[in-house]
Amino acid sequence: MNKKLLSLVLVAALAMSLLAGCGAKDDGKTTTAAPAGDTTTAAAGDETEAAGTTAAPAEGEDTTTAAAAAGNTTGETIKVGYAQVGHESDWRTANTKNYQDVFSAANGYALSFVDCDNDNAAQLEAVRGFIQQELDYIVIAPIETAGWDTVLQEAQDAGIPVIIADREIDAPDTLYDAWVGTNTKNEGITAANWLAEYLDGKEANILVIEGSVGASATLGRTEGFNEVAAEHSEWKILDSQSGDFTQAGGQEVMESFIKSYEGQFNVVVCQNDNEAYGAMDAMKAANITYGVDGDVILISYDATHDGLQYTLDGAINCNVECNPIQAETVAGVIQAMATGGSYEKTTLVEDQAFVAPGITSEYATTMTQEILDGRAY
Amino acid sequence: MSNLKKLTKMRLFLPVFSMILVMAINVVYDIASGNAPFNFFTISLNNGVLYGRLIDVLNRGSEVAILAVGMTLVVSASAGTDISVGSVMSLTGGMCCMLLAGYGVTNVSEYAMPLWAGIGAGVLIACVCGLFNGFLVAYMNIQPMVATLILWSAGRAVGLLLCNSQIVYVRVASFQKIGAYVGAIPTPILIAAAVVAIAALVLRFTALGTYIQSVGINKKASRIAGLSSAKIILLCYVICGLCAGIAGIVATSRIYSADTNNIGLNMELDAILSVALGGNSLGGGKFNLAGSIIGAYTIQAITTTLYALGVSSAQAPVFKAIVVILIVVIQAEPVKEYFKKRSAKKAVEGGVQA
Repeated sequence: MNKKLLSLVLVAALAMSLLAGCGAKDDGKTTTAAPAGDTTTAAAGDETEAAGTTAAPAEGEDTTTAAAAAGNTTGETIKVGYAQVGHESDWRTANTKNYQDVFSAANGYALSFVDCDNDNAAQLEAVRGFIQQELDYIVIAPIETAGWDTVLQEAQDAGIPVIIADREIDAPDTLYDAWVGTNTKNEGITAANWLAEYLDGKEANILVIEGSVGASATLGRTEGFNEVAAEHSEWKILDSQSGDFTQAGGQEVMESFIKSYEGQFNVVVCQNDNEAYGAMDAMKAANITYGVDGDVILISYDATHDGLQYTLDGAINCNVECNPIQAETVAGVIQAMATGGSYEKTTLVEDQAFVAPGITSEYATTMTQEILDGRAY
Repeated sequence: MSNLKKLTKMRLFLPVFSMILVMAINVVYDIASGNAPFNFFTISLNNGVLYGRLIDVLNRGSEVAILAVGMTLVVSASAGTDISVGSVMSLTGGMCCMLLAGYGVTNVSEYAMPLWAGIGAGVLIACVCGLFNGFLVAYMNIQPMVATLILWSAGRAVGLLLCNSQIVYVRVASFQKIGAYVGAIPTPILIAAAVVAIAALVLRFTALGTYIQSVGINKKASRIAGLSSAKIILLCYVICGLCAGIAGIVATSRIYSADTNNIGLNMELDAILSVALGGNSLGGGKFNLAGSIIGAYTIQAITTTLYALGVSSAQAPVFKAIVVILIVVIQAEPVKEYFKKRSAKKAVEGGVQA
């Protein structure tokens, strides 16, 4: 009898934990930024909550109708739907907050924001929801590259312009109206240009710790960097291995590099900050100095808060960021569409690079404490 | 001749032979590229710590070796695998760092609570996971893979919840030490050695090893013979959970952070593979712990070798697969039979000629 009771309790506990898991991952719920001043910040306040919370309007009405009413009666507020990838990183959170700030009621927008939590099906559903709600514009940060044709066709049939943001999709460009985002290839080019400027014709023996095999950031950053590297006969890429975008991976690969190319390398390129942390640990253990005062030049990508702290401390020479602040550019395109102005089919959001104090560069900003404190993420 | 035969008949011969074969690739490569032939095996003292590829293999292989201990027992007792260990590692790391840093904090340089409490809670939750798995398998008679599938998916998710979906950094020297060095020796090597030694001693000096094998060979017969089969299976899963917890702490301390998305990712597969590479049957019953441990380090030796050879990351999995296939095939029964028959035939022919 006791055993049965125990089993029941265990099963119940499991069911609860599963439910809890689902609760946090719950998606498809719309956070509608209602036409009230402080609601956007309320919605952006806690990133994990952002998926499930509906920002309460100041007037206390039901949010969905509030947004709809604003569109129907005034006809001036532009209704924008944003199907966000998820909230998997600080970068993504900063991107979400940026959209909520720009497409605020104060700016004359009603933003329907859906956090799709990396679920492709939920994202397709979200876009269909936008179409049914007859929003004015749909912005999608696609989770997957393929499988968009049908839903984009539905949007087109409904006459709603679609803007693809942040990532690329694999669909005929007649099915969407504009693309706004960053280009990882440009990040690679920026890093290499900075290196060329910094070395000023000196020899470079480069080790690359790549990101995950096949990831678009890996491909783009490698392609861009190699393109510039090919122009420099004094540069040699000794080896290139994947560290899977993780700190443990970066550390393991760097440990191996140190043994294979002891004393032969003077540049290490890590394709994200986490790998750079691992590489730094591995070099520290082997008594190899890096950074501004060291023997090895360390280049990293992503420019996360911690990564920039290391850049400010001079441990990372150059940190190239993938800019999450894209909403202004999207808003510009939407304005052009609304007023019948001209806009580019694809618009690149400019990336930034940061270099350690003591370095000045035409490709990058020199890091200061103020820049770090002023970062959105 | 008879000495050689004795050697090849030893149970550990093939696993050890496979590992040496993998490492021999490095000797060939080093000679071909003009390095010192035994570059791979050279161990030196650099910056006050042991330095060399062999050390890397031992160090990086620690987590899988620790997992292999628990996995061997689970496979033996229940004829199934615990596929939740990787997830449980991540959960352990998440729990430990969340407690050490405080909930919602992502970066600390001093503990929010004592180190032992964080590690204790992490390992404890791993044991609870093992208990849960064991309960489902032993008392609910659910197939091991299905039972452990639950925590395979939920463990990591709970870990993410504990860490608020962020990477939680605990930048305190005493925590980092677990994944770094004690004196000149990498701490993970010492931890793995301790886990293996304790397991070996317990299995050797108590009847537990025999009980586990007997339950694995025939659960019903063991019960009739007076063994509580269910309890023994439950115990094996708890030990497996404990091992996952220890491995999780090591992996977390290496990067002094709970990267719950990545800690222990796919490591359950490496753990199962090391059991298989060690010459153990995944059908349960008799087991060979030393074989599994050697299997674990063989897997790491393959990875380290591929790094040393500079095989590109995109192609590495293919090479890894080829090596694994070779190792598994030379240990397969039909192949063993074939060589036995051939040598017997040769012996007969030799006799006729004489």
